[in-house]
Amino acid sequence: METYTLIVLLLAATIRVATPLLLAAMAGLFSERSGVIDLGLEGKMLGAAFAAAAVSATTGSVWLGLGAGILTAVALALVIGYACITHRGNQVVAGMAVTIMVVGLGPTLGLAWFNLGGQTPQLDGVGQRFTGIVWPWAETAREAPLPGLLYAELLSGQNLLVYFAAALVPFSAWIFYRTRFGLRLRAVGENPHAVDTAGISVNALRYQAVIISGVLCGFAGTYLSTAASSGFVRDMTAGKGYLALAALIFGKWKPWPTLGACLLFAFTDALATRLQGVALPVVGVVPVQFILALPYVLTVLLLAGFVGQAVAPKAIGVPYSKEK
Amino acid sequence: MSKEPAAPPSTPPDAPPALELRGIDKRFGAVHANRAITFAVAAGSIHGLIGENGAGKSTLMNIVYGFHRADAGKIRVQGRAVEIGSPQQAIAAGIGMVHQHFMLVENFTVLENVVLGVEGGALLAGALAAARAELGRLARDYGLEVPLDAVVSELSVGLQQRVEILKALYRGAEVLILDEPTAVLTPHEADQLFVMLRRLRAQGKAVILVTHKLREIMAVTDRVTVMKQGAVVAEVATRETSPRGLAEHMVGRAVLLQVEKRPAQPGAELLSVKALEVRDRLGVARLKSVSFNLRAGEIVGIAGVAGNGQSELLEVLAGTRAASRGEISFGGRDLVREQLDPRARRALGLAHVPEDRLRMGVVAGFSAADNAILGYHDAARFNRGGLRDEAAIRAACAAKMAEFDVRPPQPELRLAAFSGGNQQKLVLAREIDADPQVLLIGQPTRGVDIGAIEFIHKRLIALRDAGKALLLVSVELDEILALADRILVMNGGEIIGELARADATEEKIGLMMAGVRAEASP
Repeated sequence: METYTLIVLLLAATIRVATPLLLAAMAGLFSERSGVIDLGLEGKMLGAAFAAAAVSATTGSVWLGLGAGILTAVALALVIGYACITHRGNQVVAGMAVTIMVVGLGPTLGLAWFNLGGQTPQLDGVGQRFTGIVWPWAETAREAPLPGLLYAELLSGQNLLVYFAAALVPFSAWIFYRTRFGLRLRAVGENPHAVDTAGISVNALRYQAVIISGVLCGFAGTYLSTAASSGFVRDMTAGKGYLALAALIFGKWKPWPTLGACLLFAFTDALATRLQGVALPVVGVVPVQFILALPYVLTVLLLAGFVGQAVAPKAIGVPYSKEK
Repeated sequence: MSKEPAAPPSTPPDAPPALELRGIDKRFGAVHANRAITFAVAAGSIHGLIGENGAGKSTLMNIVYGFHRADAGKIRVQGRAVEIGSPQQAIAAGIGMVHQHFMLVENFTVLENVVLGVEGGALLAGALAAARAELGRLARDYGLEVPLDAVVSELSVGLQQRVEILKALYRGAEVLILDEPTAVLTPHEADQLFVMLRRLRAQGKAVILVTHKLREIMAVTDRVTVMKQGAVVAEVATRETSPRGLAEHMVGRAVLLQVEKRPAQPGAELLSVKALEVRDRLGVARLKSVSFNLRAGEIVGIAGVAGNGQSELLEVLAGTRAASRGEISFGGRDLVREQLDPRARRALGLAHVPEDRLRMGVVAGFSAADNAILGYHDAARFNRGGLRDEAAIRAACAAKMAEFDVRPPQPELRLAAFSGGNQQKLVLAREIDADPQVLLIGQPTRGVDIGAIEFIHKRLIALRDAGKALLLVSVELDEILALADRILVMNGGEIIGELARADATEEKIGLMMAGVRAEASP
């Protein structure tokens, strides 16, 4: 295969892996910037993946599936919000509890409803999945040199959720830094007392942030079960929620750097898949286990050493009460 | 600080008060925090609200600002009855508050902090531009210059406070409440604040100054309301009262503002410091060639604006910070060369009451009994058979509480539940109980109410009279003048001058604090 075809394919794989990661990381960004630790990302995503696949399979409409995914993730987010904001519970415990609950609940409901060993039926009907949107002249462009191939393979042919995720980054940055809501959101994660004395409800702001996180997790989960694959399988998030959290920290709780972190993690993942069974210079064929571990090793190394001064929102993890 | 004549009334005499409280009552469970409080503040005046810690001042102001809801009572602003159930409603009614702990988002710019909550539209760009123009006007009118695009965490405390005042004015405050505004300021910054407050008064604002410092009340207010145990016990025009009179109202008995003491009888040298130098992690000299000695039976006071090396001096003497050069001789040992740790120093008879009580002096979540033995917990009398001797620990604490009048006298109570004054008395009891030869003491009365100040000062003088040496670091010049027999003034990490108490005046010390060296006297 030509080198640049290989690179383009690698980049295409990167986009596929990065999309759910990015959606989840942006979800976490909203929640964490408001001061609520989002360890429930994994659970909300998984819950949405199940709900989207189940509803899409039952109704035949992926749009209803997306709606169900969003509703499910928002409901789970509200559970976390109720525990952590209204009742000032421990945010780590609440997030983990929701995740653990969903890990068991999805397959259990799946077994009861579809009797397919915890999976949902294959989504193979028309309109049951988000499929690629081919841009004009993509086939023609493919024959052209490199820019044409990039157009055909990367820009064109992605599904709607990928474009949504891509647009989400500048939109989030705009929300955070250019709008009143963003200013208040950043303030409440830094010093909720300042927000309260300014006459703004701390709890209302945090609920809004947590609900946004739920909506975006709904997109992320729906992508996994109705776009990246055709149906829900047990544990299909496979730690992506936690990886998104890592990307968020690596991105210093800022939209653009978080995008960079998501792409980096996704690229190493795509690279690892490509490198399986390939003989490398000097070392030869590396056992597949080492290759598969590469993204995680990289994550640990990056988070341990190269993040630099990652300054978390100051009030993160601290339930708000008027009395100090 | 100078006394000001009362402001000329800038409002007609029949104008309604800017803020009027009638019969405000508030209970927290069994605690009756505010009892039928009634008072009024005129526009164009500075009104002092004074009382000891726990007298109910903060509760009252939190009710006015909508943080708490009163059980009974009415609030009128400019003659209109208003219902204040949230800070939002207080702001709308024209009430602004500068909290003791600033309510600022530290990584925001000044401008962002000011507009937070009053953006006026969903997008920021317009709000920021409008605020910039309005703040320029406020800065001119009130002399409140602040760099608008600076990040708040990079501003000095004095400037941060100015941002808080700007926030309130930007929201259209006609009544401005300041809660203990000078607690975090240097004397110079406090004076600047008072200039600003007078300017606000001249512009017709009503200013409420909540404090427990008598000299501030005397310096800047027109009227003063005294609270005690949740009730108003006196309201007077400032020029018709005196610090002594106010103190009596606050405490409910006659208080000595200046504790009497006999002239010092200095004895043998107990501790001597020679050419001591301390560098911080960046290699910046924090102490430069500091030399002095301490003799038995004297109190040496270290005066200076906070941050001029006093804290480092205390820490290096106590052993919590390493010296880079020099020598500290105590009990025949060189503490620097031998690198003795704080425990070893304590064993030699060098006790330390740290400046920052809550960070270094106590564990607020532990019981009073545990705090009363911190650092001495290995002593044989607190242990039996390798385990803590709970009965002995409790008994020792109860004895200390009785001797130092710590209230409530409950050794099991969490330390955080005690007032600042009672916490400090317990720390002092712990260190004095160890019978030290030298006591290092930093900010002995910070956050301590006036009755307890008198007690603590008496104990320190008694310790001196028992032949011990005391090194006193305080940012309160009054305190240095009240206690010290000799005064060393620090500036920029150096001892810039030394004065015998008899020669010391506020002016002389103030000049040295500002870095002016004493002329070589003939």
